Amino acid sequence: MASRPRTLYEKIWDAHVVEMRDDGTALIYIDRHLVHEVTSPQAFEALKVAGRPVRRPELTLAVPDHNLPTTARLDAKGAPVPIADPESAAQLAALEVNAPAFGIRYIPATAKEQGIVHVVGPEQGFSLPGTTIVCGDSHTACHGGLGALAFGIGTSEVEHVLATQTLLLQQSKPMEVRVDGDLGPGVSAKDLILHIIGRIGAAGGSGYVIEYRGRVFERMTIEERLTVCNMSIEAGARAGLIAPDDTTFAYLNGRPMAPQGTEWDAAVAYWRTLHSDEGAVFAKSVTINAADVEPSVTWGTSPEDVVPIGGLVPHPEDFADESKRVAAQKSLDYMGLVPGTPMTEVPIENVFIGSCTNSRIEDLRAAAAVLKGRCKADNVRWAIVVPGSGLVKAQAEEEGLDKVFIDAGFEWREPGCSACLGMNPDKVPAGERCASTSNRNFVGRQGPGARTHLVSPAMAAAAAVTGRLADVRELV
Amino acid sequence: MQPLTRVEGRAIPLGLKNVDTDIIIPAKWLKTISREGLGAGAFEVLRAEPGNVFDDPAYQGAPILIAGDNYGCGSSREHAAWAMLDLGIRVVIAPSFSDIHSGNAVKNGILPVVLPQEAVDRLLEVAREGLEITVDLEAQTVTTPYQDRFAFEIDPFRKHCLLNGLDEVGLTMARGEAIGAFEASRTAAQPWLMRGTAA
Repeated sequence: MASRPRTLYEKIWDAHVVEMRDDGTALIYIDRHLVHEVTSPQAFEALKVAGRPVRRPELTLAVPDHNLPTTARLDAKGAPVPIADPESAAQLAALEVNAPAFGIRYIPATAKEQGIVHVVGPEQGFSLPGTTIVCGDSHTACHGGLGALAFGIGTSEVEHVLATQTLLLQQSKPMEVRVDGDLGPGVSAKDLILHIIGRIGAAGGSGYVIEYRGRVFERMTIEERLTVCNMSIEAGARAGLIAPDDTTFAYLNGRPMAPQGTEWDAAVAYWRTLHSDEGAVFAKSVTINAADVEPSVTWGTSPEDVVPIGGLVPHPEDFADESKRVAAQKSLDYMGLVPGTPMTEVPIENVFIGSCTNSRIEDLRAAAAVLKGRCKADNVRWAIVVPGSGLVKAQAEEEGLDKVFIDAGFEWREPGCSACLGMNPDKVPAGERCASTSNRNFVGRQGPGARTHLVSPAMAAAAAVTGRLADVRELV
Repeated sequence: MQPLTRVEGRAIPLGLKNVDTDIIIPAKWLKTISREGLGAGAFEVLRAEPGNVFDDPAYQGAPILIAGDNYGCGSSREHAAWAMLDLGIRVVIAPSFSDIHSGNAVKNGILPVVLPQEAVDRLLEVAREGLEITVDLEAQTVTTPYQDRFAFEIDPFRKHCLLNGLDEVGLTMARGEAIGAFEASRTAAQPWLMRGTAA
């Protein structure tokens, strides 16, 4: 029976429809649910009050990440170090109690498998191609790098998934971002996704699920694909995904929660069908030439405020629409930047390498390659590296990367969300700048008054050694 | 959640585009394990500015907020909706909303109204005059004392839930049999999908 050609997104969607409601809303089955301490307590509380159990506890995995300090977790005697902030401690304790009480697997803060949810899911083989993956965190789109339909949800939806293993959803429209050609030397996946967001805008993907297609993505490693998909939400998209291929299967093979033996073979056979069909129609399509992408930096307070590192701080009057001119002026005031200033003349006092966007082993290798034999500039007051998980940390230490960072004047920390979001003790002081490998440059995101410039890991390293935003290609 | 049928009142003329959920409620407020009291931190950064619309006596207690494009972008934190509700906001009017935030809003009895930029600009003018705006969910209209009348679209399921203050979890739990059947067919065909952490 011939069927209409479908996009990858439509195939995954169709495979998860439990039933359609008359009003066009679909009841969608959720295969994998990640839970952290910040967006779950009210959901567990609601279940308790209503006396509702968790429908499929084995399909949820809980791990603390947002609130955890990234300083040592165990003292000299091997005892857990108490969390100083009482509210953070209470929230972390709530997850530690709620997860096992509802039969959910919980990875404690002191386990080597602990890390940022979006690093842990792929690393453990919990996140799989063709699955629907949700988490009370907008960067869930990250898991799309494995060919999953992954998206962030609110706490009411966390409760809904826990109770029913489903969500009531309206289907999004499929959008294609095609990048052909090859990225130049020194241009990373992070530079590419910043370039894409700069091009389509912070609302450019609103109402869509983006499929990243073309040679550049086919040649990427899984970690690079995770970086790209991670920031789909910064373009307003519900999710972003890349068709699974041999690179994906090789990455997942043998991971603790991935299928094994004959089930593995059956899974791979199914995963090979997960690609957009010839002739499938995308509601919106954007094409980018990889050769046009340069190391990218943000100048403002929206992730769409992107310029190549060789560019200048823009003038508000450069923008066509009035609301953007107003927003740009507000951003420049907040960022303390003068229009027309070369980006490479912007001094940096803080450097943060970490977050669910860029804290995996390849990210740390890229930064260390720039830092090896170098030291941070004197005006860089604070530089930290926060590995995405305990396993990433251990791997980096095995490779001696920790030494490279420490010798360069960086602090080598324990895994967590850290300075990405101004919630735990890792914050950027008011009025100071940070070259950050995270995903958001919003007002106050890294702490009240903090000024964030989003960059790749290699570019963050370049900023550390030069004490200003710098083109990493001049250092390697 | 509280049903919403018709909201009449003054509107806070914010107008800013790309209002992210970090702006609506900064991360330091997310350490709570409750849904209550978040209004104290709502729009904290904007409220630090002298003469801001939130602390202008003209808009105190206004149940409607008017914003620019891409309202509620960024973090999925439902705390943003809880904070708005705590301020007494029941309707947000903007040219576009982030997918996650508009869903969170509806689940808390807040109506996101999408209108074209020109209509939003007009409503901003009316709001700045301190006049009352009427949002009628049943009729799907926004009207002003000047006889402006803007019709808006809303997904019928969302409308139904808002009008009746429905608990989605309860609705879906009633479909337990259909979910069970779906799970049984998956377990038979692709057992590895159902193993999760038990793999």
